[in-house]
Amino acid sequence: MSLDEGAAAVPKVSGHRALRIGIVCPYAWDVPGGVQAHVRDLAETLMDLGHLVRVITPVQDPSILPDYADDGGRPRSVPYNGSVARLTLGMRATNHVRRWIREGEFDVVHVHEPLAPSLSLLTCWAAEGPIVATWHSSIARSRALSVGYYIAQTAMEKVSARIAVSEYARRTLVDHIGGDAVLIPNGVKVANFAEAAPLVPRNGRRVLFLGRTGEPRKGLSVLLRAWPGLRHNFPDLKLVIVGAADEADVLAQLPAEDAASLEFLGPLSDHDKARALRSADVYVAPNTGGESFGIVLLEAMSAGTPVVASDLPAFRRVLDDGRAGAVFVNEDSSDLTRVLIRVLSSSAEREALAAAGLARAAEFDWSHIAADVVAVYDSVVQPGEIVEVDLRGQLMGRWGRRGSTSGIR
Amino acid sequence: MSMGTAVLIAAVFAFAVICALYLSMTAGRLDRLHRRIDGSRASLDVQLARRQAVASELAASGLLDPATATVIAAAAHAAREAGDQDTRVASESVVGDGKRWLIESDLSGVLAEVFDDSYEVAEVMALPGGHDIVVSLAGITRRVELTRRFHNDGVRACRQVRAHRLVRWFGLAGRTPWPSTVEMDDTPPTGLIFGPGEGRTLDT
Repeated sequence: MSLDEGAAAVPKVSGHRALRIGIVCPYAWDVPGGVQAHVRDLAETLMDLGHLVRVITPVQDPSILPDYADDGGRPRSVPYNGSVARLTLGMRATNHVRRWIREGEFDVVHVHEPLAPSLSLLTCWAAEGPIVATWHSSIARSRALSVGYYIAQTAMEKVSARIAVSEYARRTLVDHIGGDAVLIPNGVKVANFAEAAPLVPRNGRRVLFLGRTGEPRKGLSVLLRAWPGLRHNFPDLKLVIVGAADEADVLAQLPAEDAASLEFLGPLSDHDKARALRSADVYVAPNTGGESFGIVLLEAMSAGTPVVASDLPAFRRVLDDGRAGAVFVNEDSSDLTRVLIRVLSSSAEREALAAAGLARAAEFDWSHIAADVVAVYDSVVQPGEIVEVDLRGQLMGRWGRRGSTSGIR
Repeated sequence: MSMGTAVLIAAVFAFAVICALYLSMTAGRLDRLHRRIDGSRASLDVQLARRQAVASELAASGLLDPATATVIAAAAHAAREAGDQDTRVASESVVGDGKRWLIESDLSGVLAEVFDDSYEVAEVMALPGGHDIVVSLAGITRRVELTRRFHNDGVRACRQVRAHRLVRWFGLAGRTPWPSTVEMDDTPPTGLIFGPGEGRTLDT
C-alpha cells in the first residue's frame, strides 16, 4: 500500500490534521451503482482536500481499480432478500479486511451500507475504533434485520457515528434499528458537468429524458402522453432518450407522425451523459415515485440545463421547493404540458432556471459535502488512536486470535 | 444413573455453557460500549476546548466591535475555567458538571446571537483574516454539535444494554457508573451554517 509514503510529511489540511481514512464499499466496483459512485467521488474529493484515503471494495477484475482502491475479493452470487445479490463474504474476505485494517493504520474507517451482508458488515465486525457508517437506501428490510438482529445490533454498537444520505434513508434507520443519523446529502462533481463539451449546440428545442424506458417509475409514459400536445405547439421539438430503451415499446405509445421526433442515444458513460445534458434545453424528470434523492437532477443543474420535474418530496427538496427548477403535479400529463410550454416558450425563463439550478447544485458540490463528512470524522477520531482489528467479544475472533497474527502477515 | 438423569445433566450442562457464552459476549459488548463512551466524552472535551480557543482568538482579533468582543471573551473565558475544573475531576466521574453545560450553553448562545444573520458574518469575513477565523468558527461549532450527538447516541445504546435484566442480575457492568448524556445547547449560529445539509432546506 502506498499510504506509508505520505506518512513522513503529514500535510496540513486547512488548519486541521490530515486524516488516514479507510473507506469500505460493499458492492462490486466494476458494476455501475449509486453507492459505488458515491464512494469514488467521496474518496477523490477527500484526497483533493489533502487526506490519505484507501478504499476496499469487491471487484470482478482487479486490474480496473484506481490506485487508491484495494482488492477486497471477488463478489459471489448469493440469494439474499428474495433476489440474487453480488456480495463478498466468508472467512477469506474477513481475513482480507483484517489485514487491510492492520496495514492501513486508519484514524477512521468509513463503511457504506453497513447492513448489506458484504464487506461493510464484515468490517464492522472485524474492526474496533472510530467507525463511521453511511446509510444510502432502505436496503435493510426489517425481516432480514430481525433474523440477524443480534449480529446487526452488535455491529451497529461499534459504529461511532451514523450518516444518512436522505430523509428516506434516515427514516429506515430510525424505524428499523433505532437511534438517529446525521443527514449529509449526496454530492455532485459540478465541474464534471459544467465543463463537459456539448454533443451539439443548444437550439431551444431539445428535451432530454434519462432512464430505462421499461421502468414505470421513471415516468416516461407521463411525458409521452404530453408529447403530441407539445409537438402541436412546437413542431420542431426533439425528445432525446438516454438509457436502455425498448424503442418499439416507446414508439407504440405515440401517434405515428411523432415517431421522427424521438432520438435514442442508448446507455451512456458518465462523461457522455454530461455531454448529452449540456446539449439539452430542458431535462424532464417525470418520475412517479421510488426516488429517495434525485442525483440526476443535480447533474442536469450542474450542466446548466433547466430542470422540469414531478413534485416528489425528494425532488422538491433538491429543487429548493421549485426555486431551482420547475415542478409539475406528479403523473399529471396536462400539468407537465403546461409547465413545459412555459419553459420552452421563453429563453429568459430557461436562463433563469439554469442559473438558479447551477447555484443550487454548487451547494451540493462534493467539496462542501465532503467537508461536512470530515467534520463527522473529526468528531469521532481519538488522538493517538487508530482503528484496530477487533478480537474481543467474538467467538470466532477468540479462536482465530493465535493463528491470525502470524498467519496473515 | 438412569438414562433420563444423564440426559438431564447433559441438558443442564449445555444450558449453562450457552448462558456463560451469552453472558461473556454481552460483557464484551458492554465493555466496548463503555470504551466508546469514554472516547466520545474525551472527544467532546477536546472539541469544546477548541471552540473556546477559537472564540477567544476571535474576541482578541480586533475584527469585532468592542462590545461584541467583550461579550464573547467573557463567555469563552468562563467556558475555559469550567472546562479546566471539569477535566480535573474527570477521572472521578462525569457527574456534577451540570453547571459546566450551562456555561458552555452560554457560549453557544452568545455566538448564536452575534452570528445570527449573514450580514454580520459577511462584514467580518470581508476584513483581512476574517474569512479564516469565521470558517474555523463554523467548523468547530458544527463539530461540537456532532460530537455531542454521537456521544449521546452511544450513551443511549449503552443504557439499553445495561437496562437488560440479565445484565443487572449478573452485574455485567461492574462498577462503571450509569452513563449520563450531555445536555447543553450547541445549536450552531444560523449565519454560520453553509451548504445544503442539516438545519437547511433538506431537513425541513
